[in-house]
Amino acid sequence: MFEVSALHNFGFPANSLDLLGNNEFQTINDDPIGHFHTPITTATSVLGLAFDNGVILAADTLGSYGSLARFKNISRVLKVNKNIILGVGGDYADFQYLKELVNGKMIGEECLEDNVPLKPASLHCWLTRVLYQRRSKVDPLWNNVLIAGVQNKTPYLGFIDKLGTAVKDTVIATGFGAHIAVPLLRNGVQKKPNMNKQEAEELIVKCMEVLYYRDARSFNKYELGIITPDEVQIKGPISIKANWDISQYVSGYE
Amino acid sequence: MFRNQYDSDVTVWSPQGRIHQVEYAMEAVKLGSATVGLKNKTHAVLVALKRAASELSAYQKKLFPIDEHVGISISGLTADARMLSRYMRTECLNYKYAHDAPLPLNRLLLKLGNKMQVCTQRYDKRPYGVGLLIAGYDDSGPHIYQTCPSANYYDCRAMAIGSRSQSARTYLEKHLDIFPNCATEELVAHGLRALRDTLPNEVELTVKNVSIGIVGVDTTYKEFAENETARYLSMIEGEERRGAPPTGTDPVAPDDGSENEPRDPEPVVAMDTE
Amino acid sequence: MSSIGTGYDLSASQFSPDGRVFQVEYAQKAVENSGTAIALRGKDGVVFAVEKLVTSKLYEPGTNKRIFTIDRHVGMAVAGLIADARQLAENARSEAASYRSQYGNPIPLKYLNDRVSMYIHAYTLYSAVRPFGSSLILGTYDPDDGPQMYMIDPSGVSYGYFGCAIGKAKQAAKTEIEKVKLGDLTCQELVKEAARVIYLVHDELKDKHFELELSWVGKHTDGLHVKVPKNVQEEAEKSAKAALEEESDSEEDI
Repeated sequence: MFEVSALHNFGFPANSLDLLGNNEFQTINDDPIGHFHTPITTATSVLGLAFDNGVILAADTLGSYGSLARFKNISRVLKVNKNIILGVGGDYADFQYLKELVNGKMIGEECLEDNVPLKPASLHCWLTRVLYQRRSKVDPLWNNVLIAGVQNKTPYLGFIDKLGTAVKDTVIATGFGAHIAVPLLRNGVQKKPNMNKQEAEELIVKCMEVLYYRDARSFNKYELGIITPDEVQIKGPISIKANWDISQYVSGYE
Repeated sequence: MFRNQYDSDVTVWSPQGRIHQVEYAMEAVKLGSATVGLKNKTHAVLVALKRAASELSAYQKKLFPIDEHVGISISGLTADARMLSRYMRTECLNYKYAHDAPLPLNRLLLKLGNKMQVCTQRYDKRPYGVGLLIAGYDDSGPHIYQTCPSANYYDCRAMAIGSRSQSARTYLEKHLDIFPNCATEELVAHGLRALRDTLPNEVELTVKNVSIGIVGVDTTYKEFAENETARYLSMIEGEERRGAPPTGTDPVAPDDGSENEPRDPEPVVAMDTE
Repeated sequence: MSSIGTGYDLSASQFSPDGRVFQVEYAQKAVENSGTAIALRGKDGVVFAVEKLVTSKLYEPGTNKRIFTIDRHVGMAVAGLIADARQLAENARSEAASYRSQYGNPIPLKYLNDRVSMYIHAYTLYSAVRPFGSSLILGTYDPDDGPQMYMIDPSGVSYGYFGCAIGKAKQAAKTEIEKVKLGDLTCQELVKEAARVIYLVHDELKDKHFELELSWVGKHTDGLHVKVPKNVQEEAEKSAKAALEEESDSEEDI
């Protein structure tokens, strides 16, 4: 009996079998399609910050396999067109699927040759529909997505989680960054509203460093995506020169 | 019974490479009352002539709203037009749902054209017996498109379709160069003049038999109420008509079905492969 | 065509006593009523040119384009019923997209040609449908395999070509293309030849107005199928007109 059910869920723990019961028949009844509800290779926070005439995104290059730092050089900040960049966290396989989906959509639209470049608000909406439909099928794409761009000459920054919750803001961070980076970013914006590109970049870099110290699933290499009306830049991977000199004073947690 | 042996089905090519059923469907467009579409740099305007089936009946609707940025006027089978407008409304809504933006006109037309094409290739279908003028406004400006039962469509600077519409097209061609820069009010007046040129001398444009639709920059599509129509009609009141054909020479007079004079459809338009 | 009108020519699913399917031949006639389309395969790419006849001045310039982009790397020029051709473009696009999503690579033209011609051929088999009234020329450039080109006709038959022509003046165009040393020329040179051929075969008496459509895909476009830039197009048209006048002058001399 056990062997059959182990086969049935591909030997991975923490799917519905373990959560809902432990006999095979019950599993089939509860979840006849046998969905996974677990991300496997994951990427951590994505940060986004709108500045005076554009938006900056940041995400590190680590793919974690549970707590194992499995892949150290994966990219998850990408250019969609001259109006849009994306930064994605969460399950990396789901991200790759999403990336191909967006890529296919872009090719389809380019073929029409009608000079109607996709706008960030439209892609934000479209991805929201994709993620929400998947969550409604109880088969979510396990991602947090940041959509950054410029629309009508004003910066656009949008967010979607795996449930299809869509939000627009000028400061957004996902994952652990929502706890650690958002206060720093908001503080920075409060002190200096309407930052220019350079100031925004400095602030984001600072946040990436803090996250590297605080987030156990983060990494010392990251990419930046910067979008303004004039250009789209994907920078990196950039390395963080960490200083662990004071780490010896952190004690008592063993 | 048939005009020739190749015209019984839409799936049959004639030896000349024509599809007679499609060409006959093109004829249905000419049976409808005339409608005119034209645009300047900011707005697209539709003007249509309505008919009443009898003294006691209301005038048949000619203009249909599709979305906030699109409206159509029709000539031909109204029931077919309603199917097409329902399709276009659905497509516009779907695009808005998925993209939070209005569907660009060229993409709407591509979808519509492909839908209509299927009906020209299958035994169990017939072509849509209606021509449309589609007015819309999107990021690339105002548009007037014309569609045919052959599933061809054209991006137009101005266009007129329907009964005796050649007179209107003549008017439009003559004034084509002034439309882009003319004021929107004047554009409507030009549309009315073009439409009036399709009328027999004894018939006048009235608030009852004219529909005007407009869409453009900061203007969601709307059809004018009678009092607004009256204002535009007064702009062209009392002017001398130009280019109106003398009465009694209606080029699409009902076919009397005489065997001696088979009235061939105009293949030039139906088989237009451009 | 002796058996025309004998009743064996009314259905695509019927052979005539002498073994022909007339409905397919009639569909080919529809292609020959259309404006001419040509494509030239040179040493570093493929150039497409179309004589788009303009039947009314009420139409916007550029309406009803007859050169399509099927995928980023594939161009297609058509002759015949434009409504049919658009349907085929849609089919080709979805085949290209499907290949991309399954194999993660752009579809090789050989495969695309196979799939599209099978689709067209299927419409010559049944009485419930009519054959397509369009011919297609597909072209691409691949860094490894170089330029490639295929032409498909309404019967679903297709061949690879160095130069080909479809539409009403295909004979005259072919004669003209045969004089060109195709394999030696670059796209920059071919675009002038293509424009010249279209201008030459255009029948001024029967079809007054036409627009010349030009596109190319080659090494110089990074393997992308794009419209020929405005200045190149203007220059090609200028030299085509000049060549035309030269020709008529020399005829007068004789």
